[in-house]
Amino acid sequence: MKRIALLGMPNTGKSTFFNRLTGAGARVGNWPGITVDLLSAKVLLAGSMVEIIDLPGFYNLHGFSDDEQVVRHFLESQPVNGLVVILNATQLDRQLALLLQLKTLKLPITLVLNMADEAKQMGVKIDVERLSADLGVPVNMISAKYGHGFGHVRSAIETVLRDHPQAVLANKQAFNQDDNIEAELDRIVSDTVTTPITLPADLSRRLDKVLLHPWLGLPLFFITVFLLFQLVYGIGTPLQTGAGWLLDQFKSGILEPALAHAPAAVKSFIVDGLYDGVGTVLTFLPIIVVFFMFMAVIEDSGYLARAAYLMDAIMARMGLDGRSFVMQLMGFGCNVPALMGTRVMRSRALRLLTMMVIPFSLCSARLQVFLFFTTAIFAPRAAAVVMFSLYLMSFLMAFLTALVWRGKYRSHEPLLLELPPYRFPTIKQLLAQGWQQSGHFIRGASGFIIAGVVIVWALTHYPFNVPPASTTTLAGQLANWMEPIFAPLGIDRLLSIALLFGFMAKEIVIGALAVIYGAGQNNLSGIIAGQLDWVQAYSFMLFTLIYTPCLSTIAVLRQESKSNWFTVLAVAWPLGLAWLVSFAFYQGARALGF
Amino acid sequence: MNTSLDHLLANQSGTITAIDAGSELTRRMSALGLRLGRRVEVIRIAPWKGPLQIRIGHTELMIRRVDAAKINILLNA
Repeated sequence: MKRIALLGMPNTGKSTFFNRLTGAGARVGNWPGITVDLLSAKVLLAGSMVEIIDLPGFYNLHGFSDDEQVVRHFLESQPVNGLVVILNATQLDRQLALLLQLKTLKLPITLVLNMADEAKQMGVKIDVERLSADLGVPVNMISAKYGHGFGHVRSAIETVLRDHPQAVLANKQAFNQDDNIEAELDRIVSDTVTTPITLPADLSRRLDKVLLHPWLGLPLFFITVFLLFQLVYGIGTPLQTGAGWLLDQFKSGILEPALAHAPAAVKSFIVDGLYDGVGTVLTFLPIIVVFFMFMAVIEDSGYLARAAYLMDAIMARMGLDGRSFVMQLMGFGCNVPALMGTRVMRSRALRLLTMMVIPFSLCSARLQVFLFFTTAIFAPRAAAVVMFSLYLMSFLMAFLTALVWRGKYRSHEPLLLELPPYRFPTIKQLLAQGWQQSGHFIRGASGFIIAGVVIVWALTHYPFNVPPASTTTLAGQLANWMEPIFAPLGIDRLLSIALLFGFMAKEIVIGALAVIYGAGQNNLSGIIAGQLDWVQAYSFMLFTLIYTPCLSTIAVLRQESKSNWFTVLAVAWPLGLAWLVSFAFYQGARALGF
Repeated sequence: MNTSLDHLLANQSGTITAIDAGSELTRRMSALGLRLGRRVEVIRIAPWKGPLQIRIGHTELMIRRVDAAKINILLNA
């Protein structure tokens, strides 16, 4: 099969171009270096099927970063019919260097200049014909975002395929020789690119003046993120309620009648175990989709890179960097996408340390538990202070973890990050992003979730002749066994069963408590308030905040770190920390006479 | 006047005269436009010894002070 490789620097719209060209939905992000896995797609060009490969964005053919090595390795080993090189039209002064390097490979090349719209906005003028003649390769201007200029690019690629029907390997010498292209680069750029001497006072710079203000910058950022979360839950929660209603309808209308004659254990397994467990997780899908869509806006806008700038000074003191903070913040929505977001980091040590810190972010699922407990136990004004203290605790635990482990995961990754001009994604990109990321989450976590659901069901329902979660069930026996561990924390055996459920997903904790106490959602508050004093309740909340977030998070920790040892550490450390903090709080408070 | 990039104040600019950052970082800098002879302007500096926001041509970057110290600058008059 004929093969065309797509190359370019990060942040040039390469992925968007790939999507447009192939019709597949590759991920698009305004964050340098986001494409990690090799994407490829087959399209019909010049009358035959052609494989298009999207190589990772890279800066330099002779570089040593992972991405650069991936590209070099690919070009050394795979014969291709041609290269399509994408450069950012607004940054030709530096990006053309890459094309000059690639020319030494002696492969057929087509050059695509993307972001024609932005170049025009910035007043950058490019003499395309002269550039093409100087470089000796065909050049086309496009706007991948708006889909302008694609017809010309397609026919340029088809010309390459017709002229070079045989795939060839790159010139080996090109990989070793160090290039001396400065003079040529400067000559071509000054010949063909004219840029205004003073940039038009564009919106990006005016925005930066406010958003990157030394003292206002951070508060503004936190307010923006807070409003965004409000919006996500404002839109997502009704959808979640709707999804829950649909699942209930299916359960009572179809599933339960269908299983009316099945043995009780089978029915309980399917309904109380699989369906309720998986269903609870599924109801969070709408929030996840909406969350990812809003993430796409922020990500593509270039604001995340600014947040990294604002927080870097503080994070550096903890062995992390500005990007770690951005991921931690994403974790307040859901830990899962935040963990996946650490892929932008090159240094493995830095990435692992960041992944260690993210699970302490007080995610929306834990928020539910805390909202329930604080309103049940505390007076309204005290409840707000308690919530705030839990958020504070979340940051404190994350920073403590970083300080403890930064010695083991030491990195010297220099932070040299592009601050791209502010941009806004199109609706189509938003939808594609929400859809794709959620799909990824479901595919990655579903096996784990189902396994967890089955285990918890078995623990709380076996043996079948006693009430679920009572003392004689497996979970009850486990609770008895765990009693010495949890008693010093003021967490009784019924609550410790709820913590077992919480290990699967924090979303289930409240529902589990309802089953355990044999109460409906409505009178559960009263029962809890009657059984626990505030010290016990706060100790329980501290433990819930700090210990292992959920099965999905563990699954992603494993998937992203590819290390069992790290996964064990990332589960055991928070567990130990949770116990110590709850113990210190509970015993301290009791000693003080509360 | 010769100095290093981390000593520039906001709104000061200069020409890069030397980069001493080891081969990998030097390449990365070069790819982002930080090369000998290029003019670089400091736009703003984050508080608490935070990173610098700089501009080279049309590209804006953030760079940590430790890394900026590896770039020698001839201050523009």
